[in-house]
Amino acid sequence: MTTTPQAARRASPRTRRPATPAAPDPAAGLLPQTDPVRLLNPDGTLLPARADYPEPPVETLREMYRRMVVGRRFDAQATALTKQGRLAVYPSSRGQEACQVGGVLALRDDDWVFPTYRESMALTARGIDPVEVLTLLRGDWHCGYDPAQRRTAPQCTPLATQCVHAAGLAYGESYQGRDTVALVYIGDGATSEGDFHEGVNFAAVFKAPVVYFVQNNRYAISVPLSRQTAAPSLAHKGVGYGVPSEQVDGNDPMAVLAVLNRAVAYARAGKGPFLVEAHTYRMEPHTNADDQTRYRDAEEVEAWRDRDPLVRLETYLRGRDVLDDAAVAEIAEQAETYAAQLRERMNTQPTVDPLSLFDHVYAEPTAQLVEQREQVRAELAAAAEGDA
Amino acid sequence: MATMTMAKALNAALADAMLDDERVLVFGEDVGQLGGVFRITDGLQARFGDKRCFDTPLAEAGIVGFAVGLAMSGLRPVVEMQFDAFAYPAFEQIASHVAKLRNRTRGALSVPMVIRVPYAGGIGGVEHHCDSSEAYYAHTPGLKVVTPATVDDAYSLLREAIDDPDPVVFMEPKKLYFAAAETALPARTEPFGRAVVRRSGRDATLIAYGPAVPVALEAAEAAREEGWDLEVVDVRTIVPFDDATIAASVRRTGRCVVVQEAQGFAGVGAEIAARVQERCFHALHAPVLRVAGLDIPYPAPMLEHTHLPSVDRVLDAVARLQWDDQPDRRWLTEDSAA
Repeated sequence: MTTTPQAARRASPRTRRPATPAAPDPAAGLLPQTDPVRLLNPDGTLLPARADYPEPPVETLREMYRRMVVGRRFDAQATALTKQGRLAVYPSSRGQEACQVGGVLALRDDDWVFPTYRESMALTARGIDPVEVLTLLRGDWHCGYDPAQRRTAPQCTPLATQCVHAAGLAYGESYQGRDTVALVYIGDGATSEGDFHEGVNFAAVFKAPVVYFVQNNRYAISVPLSRQTAAPSLAHKGVGYGVPSEQVDGNDPMAVLAVLNRAVAYARAGKGPFLVEAHTYRMEPHTNADDQTRYRDAEEVEAWRDRDPLVRLETYLRGRDVLDDAAVAEIAEQAETYAAQLRERMNTQPTVDPLSLFDHVYAEPTAQLVEQREQVRAELAAAAEGDA
Repeated sequence: MATMTMAKALNAALADAMLDDERVLVFGEDVGQLGGVFRITDGLQARFGDKRCFDTPLAEAGIVGFAVGLAMSGLRPVVEMQFDAFAYPAFEQIASHVAKLRNRTRGALSVPMVIRVPYAGGIGGVEHHCDSSEAYYAHTPGLKVVTPATVDDAYSLLREAIDDPDPVVFMEPKKLYFAAAETALPARTEPFGRAVVRRSGRDATLIAYGPAVPVALEAAEAAREEGWDLEVVDVRTIVPFDDATIAASVRRTGRCVVVQEAQGFAGVGAEIAARVQERCFHALHAPVLRVAGLDIPYPAPMLEHTHLPSVDRVLDAVARLQWDDQPDRRWLTEDSAA
């Protein structure tokens, strides 16, 4: 290969014209890292420390472990209550404890959570009365807790619709001078819904402090991730809206909390929304009514047992000498007490008043609702008379 | 008193509400600098700033869902859906969240918000710009559905909608936007849940709402030449519905025609006709008839006059109200005639 004089001149640093500095890539800093962030190995050993995601304080991790243990026991109890006919249905989040608890631990009490129906564990981890959480599934009303007081929206069943509510709420809070952050739990399937895109887009355009937290548990009931998206990851969807994104090992409690801490801090600083995708796995069927053998192998489920987030965190905390046999036993005892109390309270039949059907349709009932309430009242009175 | 169009009265209502209550935010597509495609938000951004009146991404579900969140944070959103049919992407938000949030949470959360929907036709609009979508909302418990037919009502009902503790779908008849009338703002008319007798008459009652009210009034005027003295009742608020005023009118006259622009099948007029016959059966001298749009997708502009309820169609219905106490020949079959 011969070098022409022109080529030599172009290559010569002395004669080359000063280069125009390249414009910074506007997408830089928005894309997630290629590999999900992980701080703990599946065997509980610590990976090298990293500057971008500092390790959360060990006391926080110990509290995370405690809430995960109680959460898993709650989840098992709720599944048992369903088998006993006390709940109409229960969507378990067993296996997703790091995400369920991490999302709550990353927030202040005055921040808002926008959960789906699978977040019962997250809500109890937030301190909401488990009976109030299970009201929806027991069927005595829709939302059993006070969302305004608990700063927790009703569990959302229509997928992804809460993504837009969170954008509006977070923007409204910042508009009124409050530094509240909203965290949205959604699943992998819900990222295909239009409201996910509209929510993330609105939050980005209005710089609303929202953390969109996708628990990618690999299945939307039976439909695998490959049918939801052709994107390299769900976290990659953020860049299209100008939203920074990260993916994390959702079964690594330390990494989940570290990534969410950063996302929440970013949002609270007024920089806008942040998208986090956690790679995790639902160990149980979609609900008790689902038959998972129709769409996944037992071996696949079994393989995920080796990545149990609880075992991983317990091993680590034992290694740090903040957890020992006595502490583990004590936390297990707490979980048993929690479950026993829940079982006892759920074994009483709730009283429901048919006349309450007319409350809260409007602030004041319409004339038509007053008429219908009178009709039901008369029916009830007649029925009571018939019984007497 | 001054002459003012309905569009200006709506604009004044928004401005006065924003002035009186700083929680009121107005947003949607093109409502900012442009002032809305019908200019209903004209000048609001200049006057109140782009934090109080602003454009959003072009996504109706997003607009309504964003408003839900704002209402949860204590604000009072007033959103504009640019056209009736463009509101359909927002229907899930409206039906599953806006309408139900109070009920789902036993009153702990409410969504006081107004969804303004320019609706109905008669303006030569191309497809997807002329739907009468009120029945979808009226069929959804938890929503209030309001539609003004006069300039004073446009102002007063919109002010009331913004102050209301419940979500209100505020349906604005496009063809009446630029109809003018004498008014002195701030006009205050009858509250939600009250129908109004626009014209008194003894022989039959025409019940109408929104864009059909002027048609009913014109028909009543024309009916004088035929010797009929017709009463016209303006429903105004479809939800909450005023059974009392409407039943009282029909009991006085003994005959009733319901007029609506929307396609008739399973529509609001069908509900009104059913309620009237339930309440007024012994006062009725004839079946309750309906004059409605045809049961077709809204037609192309050159055909819309065939679709829209006309004065003649209303008068034809009035003529069939069994003035000679004979069965309506239209419904006669061979069996019944025998």
